[in-house]
Amino acid sequence: MMFLSNLLGGISLGSIYAIIALGYTMVYGIAKMLNFAHGDVIMVGAYIAFCALQYWNVPPLLAVPLAMLVCTVLGVTIEGLAYRPLRQATSLAVLITAIGMSYLLQNLALLIWGANPKNFPGTLITLPALSLFGGQLKIPGTTIVTILANVVIMIVLTTFTAKTKLGKAMRCVSEDRGAAELMGINVNRTISATFAIGSALAAIAGVLLCSAYPTLMPTTGSMPGIKAFTAAVFGGIGSIPGAMIGGIMLGIIEILGKAYISTELGDAIVFAVLIVVLLVKPTGLLGKPVREKV
Amino acid sequence: MKTKKGKLIYNLITFGLVTAAYFICSYMVDNGLMSRTLKGQLIPICAWVVMAISLNLVIGISGELSLGHAGFMSVGAFTGIVVSGWLLNGFQMENTGLRLLIAMIAGGLMAGLAGVVIGVPVLRLRGDYLAIVTLAFGEIIRNVMNCVYVSVEGSNLHMGFINPNLPGTLLLNGPNGAVSVKRISTFLAGFLLVLFTLVVVLNLVNSRSGRAIMAIRDNRIAAESMGINVTKYKMMAFVLSAALAGMAGVLYGLNMSTLVPSKFKFDQSINVLVFVVLGGIGNILGSVISAALLTVLPEVLRAFSQFRMLVYAVVLILVMLATNNPILRSWFNQLTAKIRNRGAKPGATETTKGGGAA
Repeated sequence: MMFLSNLLGGISLGSIYAIIALGYTMVYGIAKMLNFAHGDVIMVGAYIAFCALQYWNVPPLLAVPLAMLVCTVLGVTIEGLAYRPLRQATSLAVLITAIGMSYLLQNLALLIWGANPKNFPGTLITLPALSLFGGQLKIPGTTIVTILANVVIMIVLTTFTAKTKLGKAMRCVSEDRGAAELMGINVNRTISATFAIGSALAAIAGVLLCSAYPTLMPTTGSMPGIKAFTAAVFGGIGSIPGAMIGGIMLGIIEILGKAYISTELGDAIVFAVLIVVLLVKPTGLLGKPVREKV
Repeated sequence: MKTKKGKLIYNLITFGLVTAAYFICSYMVDNGLMSRTLKGQLIPICAWVVMAISLNLVIGISGELSLGHAGFMSVGAFTGIVVSGWLLNGFQMENTGLRLLIAMIAGGLMAGLAGVVIGVPVLRLRGDYLAIVTLAFGEIIRNVMNCVYVSVEGSNLHMGFINPNLPGTLLLNGPNGAVSVKRISTFLAGFLLVLFTLVVVLNLVNSRSGRAIMAIRDNRIAAESMGINVTKYKMMAFVLSAALAGMAGVLYGLNMSTLVPSKFKFDQSINVLVFVVLGGIGNILGSVISAALLTVLPEVLRAFSQFRMLVYAVVLILVMLATNNPILRSWFNQLTAKIRNRGAKPGATETTKGGGAA
């Protein structure tokens, strides 16, 4: 039973990683850049939801859409101001700009909300814990909601990229930007839309993360951000199912590693697994190998 | 293209500036012209300058983005602390200069070894994947350092992993790090380390190996087809950089009476990256200046300390946007060309074309 409960905890944490990793992977696939600031968008989303619930008396059902809206605007703004002028620049320049953006968001949050950790209210997810096997296995409400949210997001996103016009445009741009432009696809708008979707997902992830681990600080997003980034690379960056698989596997490895191998070395185990995977498959589990041309 | 004479002048300026800065600072210290806080920053400045140069070797010269450089610094710092404590407790070595030297060599070797262990898998990857794996290794080093316990009993060294029950006096205490370290770093040692780093890196850059490393950076496939052993030269730059970072770590660690492993977080790696980027990627003198200035700046602007990182972030973004803006770039190139031509007018023979500067 202990194992089963740990496994569920791992899947739940992994689902959060997966939702964050989706943002990383979509942006990478389409704009070919590592958006380091993504982890901090999660943090902003969580703070908005926190403020909405605590200070602005917004009903819990509206707090999440509000956070999503703010994060979407934020993501699109960041892309337009900082990343769009660097479309033709080297990947190093873009990466450093993204790191700068991540620092900017963290320090703005530090100025606005202060360094003291905030306690995220538990009023958002009020689903009671599910009791199975005569009370031997208790599944917390947040775990159920997180896993369900993950499944819904996965289905919606897969249909979106497969069926809608914008989704198809995204796949085109990720495959060949130049050709997509020649076919009349507005590349800039497609990339903006990707950032919007990724940031909205980040807001959901932020709310779910803080519902499960209720301490909220300006640095809350950075470690999950790095882990989710790892998850995206693990699954093959650029691939949507890869982000899902990578995220969930990483969550399971982290929780089981902490429970059965060593609590202190939990993070080290996660990163060690990533390195081993990359050594065997340098482009991740589901990543496409890139052929180099001279 | 930089000419041979141009390189010599560049190197002379670099060494001259560093030496002048050292003598001015020590003159100010001797005559009580320097504030206490600034005096306390002298050794950290040397350590960060060495860190910036060593990271520039990886990013600017070798062209690989490493995001885990603080990890090597951490390995060096804790090795240095252990070696120094061991020599003092086990062998009663009172000579601080010799102890610092031995600690620095040991720290450099250990960090270099870590560089080999990490470099073998990492350098097989490219670009963004390489960056994320160095980041992962940095985090692993920090995490492992949290679990290492080292104690000294007589001349015996005991090591424990996760297990803090060791005989004798603890030198490293897991997540609590090293406590009551004997501070033996001096400003002179720091200056000598900076000079050593400069000699090593500048000589490497202007050597056959350095040209091979830069050829790989500019075009890996072309370099490979010219018969350059890509792995060997990439490893050379990476391991050398790690060893130098380890030595900087020793200098830094033995300047602190307490040091915790969480001091060397991902943020520190980014900090050094900021030094390198603002100083100019590939420009060694730029790294020296920006590392020194950016370490002093927060101390001077104490009142604005909460805005420091904010300003850092904004400056970082703006520098990246400005240096990649085509209009600004061509304007800047024209400007440098004009200055060059004016400087070259009185009987100059070699700088006929000014526009080709990178």
